[in-house]
Amino acid sequence: MSAAPKVLRDTDIGDLELEDRLRALWRTPRGLMGWLSSVDHKEIGVRYIVTAFCFLALAGGSAVIMRLQLATPDAHVVGPDKYDQLFTMHGSTMMFLFAVPIMQAFAIYLVPLMVGTREIAFPRLNAFSYWMYLFGGVFLWFCFFSNNGPDVGWFSYTPLALTQYNVGHRADFWAQMITYTEVAGLAVAVQTIVTIFKLRAPGMSLDRIPIFVWGSLVTAFMVVFAMPAVMVASTMLILDRLVNTHFYDVSLGGDNLLFQHLFWFFGHPEVYIIFLPATGFVSAIIPTFARRPIFGQTAVVLSLIATAIMSFGLWVHHMFVTGLPRLGESFFTASSMAIAVPSGIQIFCWIATLWTGRPRFATPLLFVLGFIFNFVIGGLTGVMVASVPIDTQVHDTYFVVAHFHYVLIGGAVFPLVAAIYYWFPKVTGRMMSEALGRWNFWIAFIGFNVAFFPMHILGLEGMPRRVYTYSADMPWGGLNLLSTIGATIFFISFLLLAFNMARSSVRGTVAGNNPWDGESLEWATSSPPPPQNFTRIPVVTSGSPLWENRKTFPTVTGLRADRKEVLVSTLTEAEPDLREPSPDPSIWPLLAAIAIGITFLWSVYTPWAVIYGAVPITVTLVGWFWPKGTKEDES
Amino acid sequence: MRGPAARSLLFAALLLSSCSPLQSALVPEGDTARAIAGLFWFFVAVCAAVWLIVMALLLIAVLPKRTAMPDPQIEPDVARERRIGFVIAGGIAATVIVLAVFTGASFLSNKSFAEPRPHSLTIKVTGHQWWWQVNYEARQADQTFETANEIHIPVGQPVKLDFESPDVIHSFWVPNLAGKQDLIPGRYTELTIKADKPGIYRGQCAEYCGIQHAHMAMFVVAQEPQEFAAWRAQQLRSGGGPNSAELRRGQQVFVSSACAMCHTITGTTAGGRVGPDLTHFGSRMTIAAGTTRNSLGNLTGWIADPQGVKPYTRMPAVALTGPDLMAVSHYLESLK
Repeated sequence: MSAAPKVLRDTDIGDLELEDRLRALWRTPRGLMGWLSSVDHKEIGVRYIVTAFCFLALAGGSAVIMRLQLATPDAHVVGPDKYDQLFTMHGSTMMFLFAVPIMQAFAIYLVPLMVGTREIAFPRLNAFSYWMYLFGGVFLWFCFFSNNGPDVGWFSYTPLALTQYNVGHRADFWAQMITYTEVAGLAVAVQTIVTIFKLRAPGMSLDRIPIFVWGSLVTAFMVVFAMPAVMVASTMLILDRLVNTHFYDVSLGGDNLLFQHLFWFFGHPEVYIIFLPATGFVSAIIPTFARRPIFGQTAVVLSLIATAIMSFGLWVHHMFVTGLPRLGESFFTASSMAIAVPSGIQIFCWIATLWTGRPRFATPLLFVLGFIFNFVIGGLTGVMVASVPIDTQVHDTYFVVAHFHYVLIGGAVFPLVAAIYYWFPKVTGRMMSEALGRWNFWIAFIGFNVAFFPMHILGLEGMPRRVYTYSADMPWGGLNLLSTIGATIFFISFLLLAFNMARSSVRGTVAGNNPWDGESLEWATSSPPPPQNFTRIPVVTSGSPLWENRKTFPTVTGLRADRKEVLVSTLTEAEPDLREPSPDPSIWPLLAAIAIGITFLWSVYTPWAVIYGAVPITVTLVGWFWPKGTKEDES
Repeated sequence: MRGPAARSLLFAALLLSSCSPLQSALVPEGDTARAIAGLFWFFVAVCAAVWLIVMALLLIAVLPKRTAMPDPQIEPDVARERRIGFVIAGGIAATVIVLAVFTGASFLSNKSFAEPRPHSLTIKVTGHQWWWQVNYEARQADQTFETANEIHIPVGQPVKLDFESPDVIHSFWVPNLAGKQDLIPGRYTELTIKADKPGIYRGQCAEYCGIQHAHMAMFVVAQEPQEFAAWRAQQLRSGGGPNSAELRRGQQVFVSSACAMCHTITGTTAGGRVGPDLTHFGSRMTIAAGTTRNSLGNLTGWIADPQGVKPYTRMPAVALTGPDLMAVSHYLESLK
């Protein structure tokens, strides 16, 4: 070893010097270039979250305009053309630009902290994924504001989305937005899986992984298996539109149900891609506020996995009225009902955790309780729509609109807001206002139920979804007005949330490392975490490391203090295995995203763009992967 | 009873029924809809009970505890955890039983709908952006006829609807009678409906089919068999000769202007196949697939400015002079 150049290890120096050195090593450079080339998972996670919230505001605003249009019969707030663009933008944005990315964003921020590592796996890919997501979203909304927003609904059924019935480029913009966001989503999924499999702190064996991390892992696998289906569907759509491939053209042997099968093979798992991370939030928050570890950890984890697998076998319940064979449909009724079992197990385990604990009613727990209240309604109406005969009545009506908003808002947004209140102090170092938080909860809870509960009745009374207006002869005016009032109240609750976040980030009380006395590793480091996350990597000896080790942690020694390094551990037992250098900031992911983004956009107009665009894409990827000459450290 | 009297009766019924649901799955008036509603209420009752039980458990779980416990409890009482585990297993078993019962009930109900039923009448329904073409089929060609946006059926008899769509996907849905069925280009679908009592049941397209999806309604008019037979006999007649100078002028304008390029009126030279057949337009309740009620004033407004009444409709405005417009409107209203 004497021949090797002198390296500095963390055992050679004291805590303070080590911290200074690591901070300098891991810090993102200052200035615009530094900002654009950052690869820090925390910075990118926060960017993702902020961007997703901007899209939430846009999509939520669209919903309020639609609700104003529907508040009274024969209204003229917007015309049919604008209304169709609004509901398409609302659905597409909520699903592709808000719900999935924000769940992934929380994973980007939290997973490395929770598993006790310094950086996410493939940090440059992480930066690249953010830029792709941003460009895809901005591109879609730019089209909308130039009156070219897609207007065929968020599932863009053919043949309505083919050129014959949709002239111009509106459906192309929708299809390409999918491509951008799916590239981003797949990249994040890969990073998340590798981070959880290989970068866990020593001792964090599979049974000690926090449930939120399990949820992120399972979700990432679902993304890997589900998203290719929608990319195939949307790519075949754009090929039909641009180069006349006739995948969906009936007159030339194509098939419209093909699109529906491909789309829903993705679309149903999509719901669980949004919902499972949310259950991860719940399983992280309940133990902290019930003051005990989660009841039935193994059962909850197995439920997550079971839900993920089963979710790939339900897609046909979106197609019960397309005239498929009845016996086959009944199979999907059975599978759709069966998925209620793992969800039920999770709910029972949460209730048992609260039952045997001593609940402390802070805002995050309030939102979690609101979640259980609303989500159980959404789950039970889900059981109803799983029944083929019932579905033939309620399919494509406001009953279904009510159902999936109970599942997605009740089931995912309530836990998300809980998660914001819960982890805000970790991200910003300051607590959010509890008083405003309670107001926020009650306004959101009441507004949500007033907005969406009446929709069940509207659907049963015969109101189909996606109608821009209805006649005064129909008995729908009263409930629609009530729903609009509720939607407005619900929207206000988000303004309050934004206000609370903005105010608390400046004036909130200082949080300290572990304000809620949580059990998992993200609370072991300072708030906000330093650039290196952990000055010394913790060694995990329990599923609740911060509760087991109240004073000090065992830590890992032997990592280098003179370059960026992460510790690679084994898959099941998390035994320390290797030291791996972590890449420096780089501008290339941004340049690659720009090159690829322009190619995608251009390809809406000419297929030649794929050929021309290959050149800059190649250049940027070569720049990105150019060997850096970092020597492998073999010791 | 036919002609103006019949229409005013329909109108009265339409006005009257606007006070009660015209279009509702909660007021079943046909066997299929009734079976589904029964199944639905069974599900609602059980689900409501489940929800109340879960909420009660949640409420008890968050009530203040009397017993002292460490904060945090790192190692909860093993025996107690085990007992609760058994309770949860029981809860899961109950869930599985409920779901199995639901699945079985749903399957049996679905199976009964799938069985072919004898039917006395077959009607082909074709979805267009944004109206419904209705063809009554029969063995002899002279017993077939076409209408639009209004389906008359005899009460108490199963009627088979054969669906077709030449453009995009639509969905036929008359909730008081039955669940919905998509109309998919390139695919054959069907639905059998039966009305238990006379009445007018409104339905509308339930699959988003483009910009005027909201205005694609249709009516199923269930009539006593003899009334239906009379209606059918009337529909089988050709358009009927105009019997006044005004009406003759209207017919002349219709066949010689752009109207005839898209619409058919049997007995005249107007034979367009793009828009609805207007042979008995005057007997229908509404204009433009339920967009407005059928009256002389509404019709005149519709012909003069279709885009103002139903924006983006496929029907263009046809430039007509005032008197020609009035003549055409009168003529169309006379086609009973």
